[in-house]
Amino acid sequence: MRTVGVVLVALVLQTMAARFLVGGSAVVDLVLVVVVYLALTKGPVTSMLAGSAAGLVQDALSSGVIGIGGFTKLLVGFLVGSIGQQFIMTAALPRFAIFLVATLLHAAVFMGLYMLIGFRTFSSPFTAALSQAVGNVVVGMIAFTIIEALPGAIERRKLSRRRK
Amino acid sequence: MALVDIRQRSGLLFGLLTVAHIILISTQLGPARGVSLPEAVVFGAFAEVQRGAAAAIGSVNEAWGDYLGLRAVRSENKVLHSEIWRLQVTLQQEQALAAQARTLQNLLKLQQSTPLQTMAAVLIGGGASPDFRTVSIDKGTRDGLRQNLAVIAQAGVVGRIILPSIRASKVQLLIDRNAAAGVLIERSRAQGIVVGDGSDRLRMDFVANDANLLVGDRVVTSGIDGIYPKGFVIGQIESFGREAGAYQDVVVRPTVVFSTLEAVLVVLTSVTASE
Repeated sequence: MRTVGVVLVALVLQTMAARFLVGGSAVVDLVLVVVVYLALTKGPVTSMLAGSAAGLVQDALSSGVIGIGGFTKLLVGFLVGSIGQQFIMTAALPRFAIFLVATLLHAAVFMGLYMLIGFRTFSSPFTAALSQAVGNVVVGMIAFTIIEALPGAIERRKLSRRRK
Repeated sequence: MALVDIRQRSGLLFGLLTVAHIILISTQLGPARGVSLPEAVVFGAFAEVQRGAAAAIGSVNEAWGDYLGLRAVRSENKVLHSEIWRLQVTLQQEQALAAQARTLQNLLKLQQSTPLQTMAAVLIGGGASPDFRTVSIDKGTRDGLRQNLAVIAQAGVVGRIILPSIRASKVQLLIDRNAAAGVLIERSRAQGIVVGDGSDRLRMDFVANDANLLVGDRVVTSGIDGIYPKGFVIGQIESFGREAGAYQDVVVRPTVVFSTLEAVLVVLTSVTASE
């Protein structure tokens, strides 16, 4: 239930933030960030289901082919979740690398599928993929840091209050 | 037969979901691809979520504005105690109101200046994926909107409606990779087609190599696409260069700042009727 809530919040935030980012080149895919986060913390099954559903909703809300975004996020969820089960991903550097590679893979598969079926052309795909990767890495790393630091910070605050 | 625990078989789940997605994608690859039912249903439902979120953000903004206003009034009262001229307060209030109403006045001016029948709409959300340039507006089929109606702002052309639901509509912005409009250069009347490329600039295609162009030339709609009314501003030529082929490579900077859009006008009159 919490996973559904997180994905829904990411979708709402994405659509609200997109209003201010539509003209700019700085882009962040919050849903992809959530899928990678779920893959690293909850494993491939949760991230595949969440990514697939969220991707389909993104497709329906955008002007694209329904299923391409869903499949792309399903693939990212599966691969990142499988890697997360095999290797320890608690340090900052591996997470940085995972967010970067996941975004680039997502962009490559997404744009590749659209070009394959001939529905879209991408004039500067590398720039778009790189700017998205930078945005997702920054947001993802900050989100991980906050989520992991929050319980400790709350506990410390409670202890300091008790001492007073 | 023992039931398969799908949680232990992520590879199997991946395979099943992949097949499901491939089937879903292949159903949409036919030649006559219109608006699909799932797309309309999901957009209609999520538009209500966007409407609610936009209303909540609006309420918070209003409350914050009230709080700031209250603080301003308090400090203003302190000044009033020391000042004699009460008329100064009235003047300040009028100036504040004028500033708040400026945006709406600009929109109204456009509505009055155009002979086309238009309807004002407010943006309630953006696209859910950064790879697409779409926004949602708060008017739908209930208000008389339909697919392929042009959407404009005071600065120029915004885009077209691609998916109207009952109470909201999805607008494809002109900078979307799939968007295009028939245009001409206002000064030299050279024709072409502007297409979006996903960035904040537009590309003007099919401009003949011998066409007379200057940096800064205004690009306006030609009306030949049957969607956008003739003569509305799209942007200005930012750069151009002669290619080896028959056409020039032209980059157009849109006059509309898409990231700050708040309200738009939907052109209800069909283009053929207005010409």
